[in-house]
Amino acid sequence: MPITIKEVREIAQLARIAIDDKDIPSYEDQLNKILTLVDEMKAAETEGIIPLAHPLEESQKLRDDQVSEKNQRESYQSIAPITESGLYLVPQVIE
Amino acid sequence: MMPWEVVIGLEVHAQLATSSKIFSGSSTAYGAKANTQASAVDLALPGVLPVLNKRVLDLAIMLGLAIDGEIASESIFSRKNYFYPDSPKGYQISQYDKPIISKGQLKFSNKGEGKVINITRAHLEEDAGKSLHEEFQNTTAIDLNRSGIPLLEIVSEPELRSAQDAVLYLKELHCLVRTLGICDGNMQEGSFRCDANVSVRNIEDPELGTRTEIKNLNSFRFVERAINYEAKRQIEVLEDGGVITQETRLYDPEKNETRTMRSKEDAHDYRYFPDPDLLPITITAAHIAQIAEELPETPWNKRRRYVKDYGVNSEDAAILANSPETSVYFEACMRNHAVSAKLVANWIIGELSALINKSSLTISNSPIVAERLVSVLERIEDQTISGKIAKQLLGLMWNTSDSADQIIAQERLGQVSDNALLEKIISQTLIDFPSQVQDYKAGKVKILGFLVGHVMSETKGKANPAMVKDLLEKSLTQGV
Amino acid sequence: MNLPNSVTEIIHGLENGTFSSRELTKAYLNRIDNLDPKINSFITVCHDQALQDAENADRRRATGTANKLTGVPYGNKDIFCTKGIRTTCGSKMLDTFISPYDATIVERLSSQGMVMLGKTNMDEFAMGSSNETSFYGRVNNPWNIDCVPGGSSGGSAAAVSAGFAPVATGSDTGGSIRQPAAFCGISGLKPTYGRVSRYGMIAFASSLDQAGPMGRSVEDLAHMLEPMAGYDPRDSTSSIVTTEDYSRDLEHTLEGKRIGLPKEYFATSLDYQIESVIEAAIKEFEQLGADVVEISIPTTPLSIPAYYVISSAECSSNLSRYDGVRYGHRCELPSNINDMYDRTRGEGFGEEVKRRLLTGTYVLSSGYYDAYYRKAQQIRRLIKNDFSKAFKHVDAVVSPTTPTTAFEAGKHLNSPVNMYLGDCFTVASNLAGLPALSIPVGFADGMPVGLQLVSSYFKESTLLTFGHMFQKATDWHLHFSQDNLKEAQ
Repeated sequence: MPITIKEVREIAQLARIAIDDKDIPSYEDQLNKILTLVDEMKAAETEGIIPLAHPLEESQKLRDDQVSEKNQRESYQSIAPITESGLYLVPQVIE
Repeated sequence: MMPWEVVIGLEVHAQLATSSKIFSGSSTAYGAKANTQASAVDLALPGVLPVLNKRVLDLAIMLGLAIDGEIASESIFSRKNYFYPDSPKGYQISQYDKPIISKGQLKFSNKGEGKVINITRAHLEEDAGKSLHEEFQNTTAIDLNRSGIPLLEIVSEPELRSAQDAVLYLKELHCLVRTLGICDGNMQEGSFRCDANVSVRNIEDPELGTRTEIKNLNSFRFVERAINYEAKRQIEVLEDGGVITQETRLYDPEKNETRTMRSKEDAHDYRYFPDPDLLPITITAAHIAQIAEELPETPWNKRRRYVKDYGVNSEDAAILANSPETSVYFEACMRNHAVSAKLVANWIIGELSALINKSSLTISNSPIVAERLVSVLERIEDQTISGKIAKQLLGLMWNTSDSADQIIAQERLGQVSDNALLEKIISQTLIDFPSQVQDYKAGKVKILGFLVGHVMSETKGKANPAMVKDLLEKSLTQGV
Repeated sequence: MNLPNSVTEIIHGLENGTFSSRELTKAYLNRIDNLDPKINSFITVCHDQALQDAENADRRRATGTANKLTGVPYGNKDIFCTKGIRTTCGSKMLDTFISPYDATIVERLSSQGMVMLGKTNMDEFAMGSSNETSFYGRVNNPWNIDCVPGGSSGGSAAAVSAGFAPVATGSDTGGSIRQPAAFCGISGLKPTYGRVSRYGMIAFASSLDQAGPMGRSVEDLAHMLEPMAGYDPRDSTSSIVTTEDYSRDLEHTLEGKRIGLPKEYFATSLDYQIESVIEAAIKEFEQLGADVVEISIPTTPLSIPAYYVISSAECSSNLSRYDGVRYGHRCELPSNINDMYDRTRGEGFGEEVKRRLLTGTYVLSSGYYDAYYRKAQQIRRLIKNDFSKAFKHVDAVVSPTTPTTAFEAGKHLNSPVNMYLGDCFTVASNLAGLPALSIPVGFADGMPVGLQLVSSYFKESTLLTFGHMFQKATDWHLHFSQDNLKEAQ
């Protein structure tokens, strides 16, 4: 199914990626080519096949309920763009 | 006027009582300074991975057993993708297909009428961090201490039909999670949060109306008021010929109204898919059996037992069983003691609670331990003191470690049961109040209360009131 | 000093005192400084730290507390987090990211006493097959600097090929170790999914990514695999299956071993030169005692579409954390939170990454999940089943690693789909989670040709034996591009 310009914009918004208007047609074109490739999957007969999410057939290993992390705020925030009083700052979000 | 019906479904996020977070080893302790309990995994640094905390499974299974739910033998985590600054990965690890618990039930009663609400599912997920919008100008400040706290989201079918029922359902669920020890239920600290899905319809309409979701309900009172407001609002819109928009709304307790949440205006496409960083959880019958063996008594079984084994009435049983600490205390009072359960119940619910509420302590750590309360009640039952004096005694015991008997002796609280003394006071009373005596003999038997009261105050409350009543009656009927 | 030709040689040299780790490290660093401007295989060279680590290694050796690998230098793909050292993943998004922690494999190699020379160049966020998408410029193939080295581990492959490091770490999601190994004439191993910890390896596609060694010989890969392999409690997807002493049991006859040739792979129109090189290599295996049988992997044409759906979907979610809030690039003067996200991500990511994020977001979006993602996961099971069937009859499935040799830089930049088709032999083993090895087996038009072997789960030792015995009998792996480089100076 071909993707439209409108859909490209919608997907870019969902993915929160800014794309210049002038670049949208090229993305539309590339995405359509990729989706054409992907559409080759349609030929496969997959009725009743259980999807494989993990190559390993193992179960989740569990961790004991213990506190094992110490406070490393200074180290972690030394690489942050903007912090103040130990908080990460972003433009105000209006609820 | 069309008869309207309100339809309510509730989603409760209960914080599971673990020491560390669901996918990382950070502490879950409340009140820490901002971002001091946010590890590399919680911060979603490049390259980090989640590892599941064993205890959250145990706690979820406990709930599943208590609500007779189906416990999945294989359960998976899925990613719920959305962008928000307090969601560091840009997705929340939650459950979509194959939640850990499905198809349970919660029963409660509304004024004696029993109700059964089906619980669609209960699933595990991680909490997001906190966004603070008021700290700085034009800025939102993010604290990720809460990011990764384990939550159990408990979803009910839309089977509730009144705000009152909704609150009763919530209270029972709240009692259950605390009694099982899976959640501390502290609503001020955000350990037990409720979202309400509300819609209205014509009472004869089989279809459900469009629903709105109300968030930010962190007290039972708010839940009730918000649902009532929203139902009314929706009815007004529909009666005016409008339509209800499916949306998320915030409850404003100060204005007692709900309003649209700006950030949730766009419909979210969460693009759920199984989280590839986590493998499917396998839950064996042996694991479930082990949890079942250690499962604490449910509140409803406890209430039933209190009525049946102790003869407590059902209202009192409900109060005693409402908190694990109170029920432990009550049972300690009853164990190895011969005091009447009714008396114990009355005093726990009445006087003791009053004393505790005035203080900053709890029933578990107040100076009136079970043994001490029992010692007071024993003195009531053996008529050493009256109930009124006992209240005084309890108050005194709060501030000293002396025993009941020691204080009774020191303060001379013992009841006056000396017939001669009493008869002297009674005689004087009859002389002092001739018109009341007249009224009594004329048939106004209620006036006896006044006379008993007077005798009691003459003995500074220390007379045995039953005895006083008896002697007065005798005097009045026999006397001149 | 003359740089040694293998890790094995280095191990002996250090043990015998022929040279010190410091001397060796200095020599590699000099070579990098002199010649890497031509190749651009390193993003960050850790001059001071490497010399410090080398000195520590020499001290350990002097006090008798050295391991086999103590003092051996290596290149580390810039996808692995290194504490206190910039970790960029080839992206502007992480240009300023100094990692506060070490990846598990980095911890393990460091505790062995290995010396990290620096962080090697790579396709941005590991998305690419040519190392042309790096924010730090493309990497050139040491065999022909107008050609690509392959990707995404192009920097590691080129560094080993050019003699800048004896061995290097790589990561492989759809062929990113094997394909550049093939293009650069070196050996590369993608272990079984779950064999090596992913903790600290910046995620591209979580159910496909695997870390692995790249080196001049299969023996070197075995040395490197030993400390890398093994269960890590910090990675829920790492396996508890026990590891082996991979370098100890490499010598085994291939008599009685069976090699499978998938008829679907050989039906494709391969370049005739490549075809003859591969045929010769297969004959060599026969001479070594292996039997060759034809097998069938009917799902072959489905692997690329399934791969692109699954890898795009997973990466679209894995890269959502790059939002400018807690680390990495943030755009200037955002007007509101959405503007901050949009421009941060628009500026921080290159085009190929953006294409894959959009594709991934699309295939997971409402209404498309079943047709794309679920379907791809079903095909994934079919692929796994095909290989399981094959492994009932053979010990290894063999094919060319790539359909072509290294192509000219810029050739596929405008046609991502053509670029993707080059992964046709490699992606299936990622989808199925199987271990796969690429070894150099000859040349076509002067450029290296790689042969791929795939074995069943946790049978790395089978692959390494096949590879080692082949390399004992041949010398393709001893053709060094550094001879070319010297001439190119």
